[in-house]
Amino acid sequence: MDLTVLWFWIVAFFFVGYFVLDGFDFGVGMSLPFLAKDDTDRRVLINTIGPVWDLNETWVIVAGAALFAAFPEWYATLFSGFYLALLLILLALIARGVSFEYRHQRPESQWKKWFDGMIVVGSAVPALLWGVAFADIVQGVPLDAGHNYTGTLFDLLNPFALLGGLTTLLLFFTHGVVFASLKTEGELRERARRLAARSGLGTIVVAAVFLVWTGFAFGSFWFWVLAAVAALALIGGWLANARGAERVAFTMLAITIAAAVLALFASLFPDVMPASNDPANSLTIENASSSAYTLTVMSWVAVIALPLVLVYQGWTYWVFRKRVSRASVEASAH
Amino acid sequence: MNELLDPLLLARWQFGLTTVYHFLFVPLTIGLATTTAVFQTAWYRTGKAEYLRITRFFGSIFLINFAMGVVTGIVQEFQFGMNWSEYSRFVGDVFGAPLALEGLLAFFFEATFIGLWIFGWDKLPRRVHLATIWATAIGSIASAYFIIAANAFMQNPVGYQMNVERGRAELVDIGALLANPVALAAFPHTIAASFMVAAGLIISAAAWHLARNQHLDTMRPALKFGLWVMVGSGILTTLFGDQLSLAMVATQPMKMAAAEATYNTVCGADASFSLFTLGTPDGSSELFSIRVPYLLSFLSTHTFDGCVEGINDLQAQYQELYGPGDYAPIIWVTYWAFRWMIGLGLAHVFVAVVGLWVTRKGRMPKQAWIWKVAIWSFPLSLGAMIVGWIFTEMGRQPWIVFSLLPTESAVSPNVTGLEVLISLVAFTVVYGALAIVEVRLVLRAIRKGPPDVGEPDPETGRHEPATTVY
Ligand code: HDD
Ligand code: HEM
Ligand code: HEM
Repeated sequence: MDLTVLWFWIVAFFFVGYFVLDGFDFGVGMSLPFLAKDDTDRRVLINTIGPVWDLNETWVIVAGAALFAAFPEWYATLFSGFYLALLLILLALIARGVSFEYRHQRPESQWKKWFDGMIVVGSAVPALLWGVAFADIVQGVPLDAGHNYTGTLFDLLNPFALLGGLTTLLLFFTHGVVFASLKTEGELRERARRLAARSGLGTIVVAAVFLVWTGFAFGSFWFWVLAAVAALALIGGWLANARGAERVAFTMLAITIAAAVLALFASLFPDVMPASNDPANSLTIENASSSAYTLTVMSWVAVIALPLVLVYQGWTYWVFRKRVSRASVEASAH
Repeated sequence: MNELLDPLLLARWQFGLTTVYHFLFVPLTIGLATTTAVFQTAWYRTGKAEYLRITRFFGSIFLINFAMGVVTGIVQEFQFGMNWSEYSRFVGDVFGAPLALEGLLAFFFEATFIGLWIFGWDKLPRRVHLATIWATAIGSIASAYFIIAANAFMQNPVGYQMNVERGRAELVDIGALLANPVALAAFPHTIAASFMVAAGLIISAAAWHLARNQHLDTMRPALKFGLWVMVGSGILTTLFGDQLSLAMVATQPMKMAAAEATYNTVCGADASFSLFTLGTPDGSSELFSIRVPYLLSFLSTHTFDGCVEGINDLQAQYQELYGPGDYAPIIWVTYWAFRWMIGLGLAHVFVAVVGLWVTRKGRMPKQAWIWKVAIWSFPLSLGAMIVGWIFTEMGRQPWIVFSLLPTESAVSPNVTGLEVLISLVAFTVVYGALAIVEVRLVLRAIRKGPPDVGEPDPETGRHEPATTVY
């Protein structure tokens, strides 16, 4: 296979990993005001993702670095073009990341309130903006002959892209709430299940509109196949949640996110950043990619490193497989 | 107004600010991960409560610091594309590879094992749990290697070929890129310096408690350990710094000329190193100075009769090679940054040797001023680190990739001055606020002292560590 094609899908794989994994971190973060009744509840929720959020977030770092190494033109155009949107994402990720570590450092409730707020906002903003950004990539943006983005922040906030953002926001929210029901006990677990049933309905409606719109405007054969998988998995996840099959529900939602992200990449291919003003200015896997030598080196590294990465990350999830109980959190008071 | 909104100038300020800020946390992460692993190993081996308490004490400071390293690191990676898109297009083929290697081989590793270490105290067998902190330390050191290899390409481009058609540098030899002589010298120099910073923190924290005559059982061994690490890593830093000087003179002679503010080529005894100069701020004419003859010659060439090229001669050479322009960095910055790096570093080794002497055979000095000096270890060794990088990066100017790409051609052409101003202000405000919180939390953790770990389990004779939860 052509290495540029391989790397297109490796980049897609990193973004799939990022959205599936950090997606539920965002969801858990956003769910604090809806699920938690007291500080112990909040701590239980935060501790469901405590050991893993950092490694989940690292997927976006690796995705970005892979983009830089394999498709430098794509990386340069995307990151300079979406400047202010990425700034907001960065600030949100900073706020969220420090809050996990700092919230428990002091006992005052005002202190905790601050960091709880930062966790909620810091989770919601990227959940929304990543969807906006990917919808804009699929839709195409104005690019000049030097592949530089010529629009403004407000051009990025068009109805299609905002719908994409709303879709990821709801999808990640539901994904996180289902994760919470999978990792907690008692009343909290029940509340999470009920909330997931409600937010899941909203997600199904919004995601359906977004996928159909994308399909008719930009879809290819593989887009429709993957979108269908995503839709079925989403509905399956909702049904499983309603029956209390948490594990199945969570797996289904992970499949939904993976299939939806792959569907977007499928509708892009072989472009990586279509120019909406003039197709001649589009970035493709050919004119955006690195040299064959660089891609070969990187392929060897990826082939050797990725299986290892998956093994030790899988092991981490296994070590922390137990549910987090109120009792265990209360036992180590802060 | 236009002056104020110059995208290039703002982007440079932003990059400098965010990178220096990132690097306030990085050396401590590298150094403390390893020293914490050493403390935990000592506990694992002996089962002594003091070692467990020291491990948890410095471990908690390490974690407060680690969070900041992570969140500021993401900014670093995004910034190349956001602010330096022309640079990214030009070097991506070469420079992206070490960054991707860093992510795949180091960051994943580090981020996974740190989670296991923090939350795994009661979930993993003792031996496996010990391995996770070592894995974290190895991950952080590996990440430093890759990022320095990337940076070394900017100092001394190797392993590449120009592709004229696509107007970019392309990788042709990954081995040469990773074995860049500048990287091979800069990496051990930076790692050794990171250990100085961690030792500085250990000394500062221990001195604070010992000055108050409290926590003697844990802080006395911590102080000793910190002093020894400071002396050892200080010597290593100096030796590797010497190697780095040679590499730098071979690859970027202008930087050494600027470091010494040597305008005309000098040889032998005339190639003297000024310890201190009173003169005009740019060093172009001097009023008074203390000079060590031959030292500059020795630093640059390891011989006493070597020659050091001057700024004026290099400027003339470069104009011939690269066309008209100013090829010298800002002299007063390089001159003073170089001196402060070396001066602060050597002062530390000296202070640590004195410290070992006054605490020999279990003595505890009573004079308050001794402890006051010791408490400054941490901020000053971190300061040496920072000025060292400011020297390295600003000494490379006007190039972003030496001899290939000037900084002014590297900036994103479509990002407006206003946009960069917005992000610069946002980062300044957020980083400033976080700095206040972070410093307070670290001070609070230090004041609290090592935690109590209770009584050992009567059956095993060992302590069962408490669960960690957020
Ligand atoms: C505690 C910190 C510390 C101390 C005591 C020293 N350095 Fe250093 N130095 C650094 C921390 C540092 C650094 C921050 O880590 C740098 C920046 C880039 C690098 O690789 O290391 C650096 C860079 C750096 C460079 C620039 C390399 C380049 O631009 O290519 C040279 C020539 C030296 N050092 C030389 C020395 C010498 C001769 C020292 C002592 C006698 C010394 N350093 C002490
Ligand atoms: C591998 C690591 C690094 C890379 C790839 C890198 C790259 C860059 C780039 C692209 C610039 C912008 C161009 C410019 O303004 O000159 C820059 C400038 C700068 N960097 Fe680095 N840097 C690295 C490490 C560091 C570190 C660790 C520090 C300090 C702690 C640092 C301090 C600075 C400063 C102060 C500037 C501003 C220089 C100026 O504006 O003249 N850099 N560096
Ligand atoms: C300017 C270039 C730099 C970039 C692009 C960069 C990128 C990053 C990123 C993305 C992270 C977060 C990793 C995580 O989530 O675990 C990070 C953290 C880290 N970086 Fe940097 N970094 C830069 C400069 C440096 C330098 C020069 C060093 C080492 C000498 C370094 C060493 C580290 C280490 C050890 C961490 C681990 C977390 C911590 O420090 O607390 N970085 N960096």
